[in-house]
Amino acid sequence: MIRLNGVFKQFGNLEVLKDISLHVREGEKITIIGPSGSGKSTLIRCINALEMPTSGEVFLNGEPLLASNRTGMVRMYCAMVFQQFNLYPHMTAMQNITLAPVKLQKKSKTEAEELAWHYLDVVGLRDKANAYPSTLSGGQQQRIAIARALATRQKILLFDEPTSALDPEMVQEVLDVMIRLSKESITMIVVTHEMGFARQVADRVIFLDNGVLVEEAPPQDFFANPKNERTRAFLSKILH
Amino acid sequence: MGGPFSLRRWARLFADYTLFLEGLGVTLLVAVLALFLALVLGVIFGLFSTSSFKSLRAVSRVYVEFFQNTPLVIQIFFVYNALPYIGIRMHEFLIGVLCVGVYHGAYVAEVVRAGITSIPKGQWEAARSQGFSYVQAMQYIILPQTVTIVLPPLGNQAVNLIKNTSVLALIAGGDLMYRADSWASNGTLSYGPAYVVTGALYFLLCFPLVKWVRAHELRIKDRDTRQHAAARAGA
Ligand SMILES: Nc1ncnc2c1ncn2[C@@H]1O[C@H](COP(=O)(O)OP(=O)(O)OP(=O)(O)O)[C@@H](O)[C@H]1O
Ligand SMILES: [Mg+2]
Repeated sequence: MIRLNGVFKQFGNLEVLKDISLHVREGEKITIIGPSGSGKSTLIRCINALEMPTSGEVFLNGEPLLASNRTGMVRMYCAMVFQQFNLYPHMTAMQNITLAPVKLQKKSKTEAEELAWHYLDVVGLRDKANAYPSTLSGGQQQRIAIARALATRQKILLFDEPTSALDPEMVQEVLDVMIRLSKESITMIVVTHEMGFARQVADRVIFLDNGVLVEEAPPQDFFANPKNERTRAFLSKILH
Repeated sequence: MGGPFSLRRWARLFADYTLFLEGLGVTLLVAVLALFLALVLGVIFGLFSTSSFKSLRAVSRVYVEFFQNTPLVIQIFFVYNALPYIGIRMHEFLIGVLCVGVYHGAYVAEVVRAGITSIPKGQWEAARSQGFSYVQAMQYIILPQTVTIVLPPLGNQAVNLIKNTSVLALIAGGDLMYRADSWASNGTLSYGPAYVVTGALYFLLCFPLVKWVRAHELRIKDRDTRQHAAARAGA
C-alpha cells in the first residue's frame, strides 16, 4: 500500500530523514516512535505530500507520489489526524466532516451527512454535530477530527501524535476510538508516545532516531528484546 | 454682508440645497465604485503577496509600496494634468474612481495579506491533507476565516476612502466638496456655512461605518471569550 525507497529529506542544511525505506501492506497498523526531533512527523508528512522528499521515492498503491500529482493522490488515498486537531473553526462538526466528501468526492449533501452521522457514532459524538470546534473540549475536537478523516473513507490514515496535545484525562477517550479503528481494514500509521497503545494495536513498531530507521519489529519482540543499542537506550528512558 | 455665519448666508445655502445633494450623490457614487475597485484590487494583490511565486509577491510589493508612499493628490494631478499630454484624457468622475480605488486598493491588499497570514498554518495543512487544491483551500477554508478578521480594518479603509474622495474637488470633479467650495466662492462667499454643512454630510456617511466597525470588533472579541469559556466548561 505504501512504499518508501531511500527517502532523504533536508531542510536547508539539516538532514532530517536519512535513507528511509519502508513497506507497509494494506491494512497494516504501524506505530512510529522516537525521540523529539528524530523526524517522525516529517516521515509521515512525506506520505501525504505535506513534505516532498529531497530524494528517494514514495509510492501509494503502486503509484509514484510526485509534486505534479500530489493533490489527486492525497485526495484518493490519504487522511490525516494532527496533534493540534486543525478542525475548521468556522464550521460546525457536521460541516467539518462533510466538506471533503461533498466538495472533493462529489457526494450529495444527504449522502455525506448520512456518512457523517455514522462516523459521529463511531467516535461517540452524535450530540455534538452542530457544535463549533471552539465549544468542544480537546478530546472531543480530536474525535471530530478523526470522524472527519474517516468520512472520506481513505485507505491510509495517518496520525501525528494525536493525544500529545490533550489533557491527561482526555487521552483515553481518543485512544479508545483508535483502538476500535484498528480492528478495521484501514492502513494506519501512528506516531505516538503511547507505548501501551503501540503494544496493543501495532503490527509493527518502528523506531526512528536522528532521521535513521533504526529498528522495526512486531511489538512483542520490539519491547521484549530490542536489538539495537539506541532502541534499548530509548526504551529504558521512557519505560523506566 | 454680516458675519461669516450670518442668518442670510444660511438662508442662501438652504435655498441652493439641491446643489449640495447632487454633490453628495456624486461623492457617494465615486465612493461606492472606488470601494468596489479597491476591494477587487486588494483581494487580487493580497492573494499575490501570500502566493508561493516570488514574481507575484514582487508585483504586489511594488504596487503596495508605490501607492502607499506617494500622496493621492499627486496621483490624481498626474492623471488629470500630465496624462493628457500623451493622449490619455478621462472624465473627472472616472479619474476619481480610478485614482481613489487604486490608491486604497494598496491598503486593502495589505489588510487582506495580514488577514490571510493570520490563519494558522495547521488550517492549510488540514486542507491539503484532505486533498484540497490551493484554490479550493483558499475558497472553502482560508478566505471564509479571513473575512471576519478583515472586516473591521476594511471598514476603516472605507471611511478613509469616503473622506479621500474629496480630492476630486481639486480637479473640479463635481463631488460634494467641490460643489460646496464653488458654491461658496461663486459670489455667495458663504464659506462658513458651506464647509460646516459639507463636513456634517461627510460625518453622516462615515460615523455609522465607524460605529459598525467598533461593534463588529466587540462582537468578535465577545464571541472568542464566550467560546473559550464554553470550551473550558466542557473540558
Ligand atoms: N519546515 C521545516 N523547516 C525547517 N526545519 C524543520 C521543518 N520541519 C521540521 N524541521 C526540523 O526537522 C527535525 C525533525 O522534525 P520532526 O517534526 O519531523 O521531528 P519529530 O520526530 O516529529 O519530533 P517531535 O516528537 O518533537 O514531534 C527537527 O529538528 C525540526 O526542527
Ligand atoms: Mg512531530
